[in-house]
Amino acid sequence: MLDKFERNVIITALTVSALFIFSIFYALGARRQDVSECLPYNKTYETARVEQIDAKTYQIYYVARMWNFEPAISYIPVGSEVDLFVTSLDVVHGFNVFDKNVNLMAVPGGVAKTTVTFTEPGVYKIVCHEFCGTGHQNMEAEIIVNYPRK
Amino acid sequence: MQVSRPIRNILLIELFVPILLLTLGIYHGLMQVIYRSGVIQRTSVAGLDYYQGLTLHGVINAIVLTTFFAVAFGHATMIFYTKREPNKTATLVSMLLMVIGTGLAAAAILAGKASVLYTFYPPLKAHPAFYIGTAMLIVGSWVPYFDWIRMYLSWKREHPQESTPVAVIGTLVNFTIWFVCTLAVAYEVLVMLVPWSLGWTQEINIMLARTLFWFFGHALVYFWLLPSYIMFYTILPKLAGGKLYSGNAGRIAFFIFLILSIPIGVHHQFGDPSIGRGVKLTQSILTFGVAIPSFITAFTIAASLEYAARKRGATGLWSWIWKLPFFRKDVFLFGYLINGLILFIFGGLTGLVNASYSLNNVVHNTSFIPGHFHLTVGGPVFLAILGMSIYMLSQLTGRRIYAPVLNTIVPYLWTVGVLIFSAGLMYGGLIGEPRRTNMGLTYLNPSSEQFNPYWVVSSMLGLAGGGIMFTAGLLYFISFFGTCFRKRSAAPEIDLPVSETLHEERRVPLLDSFKPWLAIMGLIIFLTYAPAISDAINNTNRKAPPYKPTDPVPVVRK
Repeated sequence: MLDKFERNVIITALTVSALFIFSIFYALGARRQDVSECLPYNKTYETARVEQIDAKTYQIYYVARMWNFEPAISYIPVGSEVDLFVTSLDVVHGFNVFDKNVNLMAVPGGVAKTTVTFTEPGVYKIVCHEFCGTGHQNMEAEIIVNYPRK
Repeated sequence: MQVSRPIRNILLIELFVPILLLTLGIYHGLMQVIYRSGVIQRTSVAGLDYYQGLTLHGVINAIVLTTFFAVAFGHATMIFYTKREPNKTATLVSMLLMVIGTGLAAAAILAGKASVLYTFYPPLKAHPAFYIGTAMLIVGSWVPYFDWIRMYLSWKREHPQESTPVAVIGTLVNFTIWFVCTLAVAYEVLVMLVPWSLGWTQEINIMLARTLFWFFGHALVYFWLLPSYIMFYTILPKLAGGKLYSGNAGRIAFFIFLILSIPIGVHHQFGDPSIGRGVKLTQSILTFGVAIPSFITAFTIAASLEYAARKRGATGLWSWIWKLPFFRKDVFLFGYLINGLILFIFGGLTGLVNASYSLNNVVHNTSFIPGHFHLTVGGPVFLAILGMSIYMLSQLTGRRIYAPVLNTIVPYLWTVGVLIFSAGLMYGGLIGEPRRTNMGLTYLNPSSEQFNPYWVVSSMLGLAGGGIMFTAGLLYFISFFGTCFRKRSAAPEIDLPVSETLHEERRVPLLDSFKPWLAIMGLIIFLTYAPAISDAINNTNRKAPPYKPTDPVPVVRK
């Protein structure tokens, strides 16, 4: 049915795919790269706030609305590990933190969570990247890591 | 072969209507790169708002054009290979449903009442005519599927010992995928969105709606792609002057698509809340499975082309490529298909990036995504549609193609444009440029506080590529509409190039039967989607009322 070349090509394709899938598990295990966590939703996520757990651990609860994020600016010290929780009170919004590979969807009725460590000082811009109405292009927030010192 | 007059006219309408609308879709394609690069810093131009135009661009180019073409080309392959005609009434009803549905949706968008983009994610609400029109278009495309099953079974009874032609398997596989996946979106639209947009129900579960949409949304891309695959397997080798390296490889590829096209839709929702990581990881891995048939196709088609080139006297490890019939007016379709294949190398590989679970965090919803899909749906899919539409137009009207030189260079020009365009968008995506955003108003407006100078170069590349793509589109329209106005010079017919297989192939019963594959398909879909849908329902604790895109206060009805 299949000739030699075809067999070889199917084996190669399977090998390459296996390599890709291994890389996914490698990133997941050794490099701790994971996607949004699945948490059951409750009302407490609807209050925007920054909470300090200890010296280097923070939690930021983001609430997205047409057309802003709250908290619009949060101050975090360098080296902090930050849990980000994102939800929306109206339509679907996007949530992308520059340079940090944080990419979440803010969906009403659900909460997306990820954890990120800020090792470099700077201003990290957050952009809404899902169309959320006519003001979509205005929707931004910032995480300020040790700059200016506060 | 000859086709009866009513069927011929219906096919011509199904080819003509979407290409006519495409003029609008491509116009706003150009406008978008102009807005995005900050050359225009406005919300609307000539009465068409950015997001309204983006909705038009997506709905016309990705839903209307592809669905009409899949139906028309499906008719052509089924008629040509089974030597049977579809039922006239059913074909007419299907065409009318699709045309009226498209008209309703287009009217809602043009009236500015449905600027919700082609993914129409709730809680953004469109006018009910938009949802009903889209549903009519989809239901219209279901009708011929059942007719084709009848034609296939009747052909099968007459030829019990013959292998079913690859094109027939491809068409039936494609519409089986389409029928199954559109059931989910039909539920979303008819049960959830229509009553909600009419004010009969107050609130809906948004995660459930998104999950049902993506049950459909990724299978949709294979519905776009499989007509091109049918052409790659059955037409391209013949045009190149050779034979198909293996017909059974094509059958295997199509059946893998049948079982794996649907249970991978959650890979569009890696950033979403409410769906568990296990479901996401499973569907990510299955997506690599659906890359296998594309690897097989890449080999089979490359081998067929090499065989054709060597038959034309080529030698050398790589130099045989130049013996293929590039830039030839008489086989212009070769140019459309080969350019599509070249683009698909990049489109397929960037697709694997998107599907890669955590790697998706880098690119999700950035302009990397439109960069990727303009190399797939804007590559092999779009070029095969353009090439085959003008080919069928010329045959079914019996008119010679107008300005054949223009028609021949269109795919090459398009390919140059789309490569530059996608390179710009993907580069921008990697440095955080969002998709679906009127960046000229803020991020690329130097007088705005939000101005981001890093995105200037990437969006300018997008503009340059988009301009070339638009030019290629214009040349195509000259050729296509010019052909409509020529005088008839031959008898109308359907005659598709047929590639023989290189080796004598025995009939393999497993590859000539749908039943086992359909059973596996049902099983995998159930195993992957039952947990996804149950997650979406159980982890989402607040439902949402409808919102207009212009207003942060929900629509309230007394």
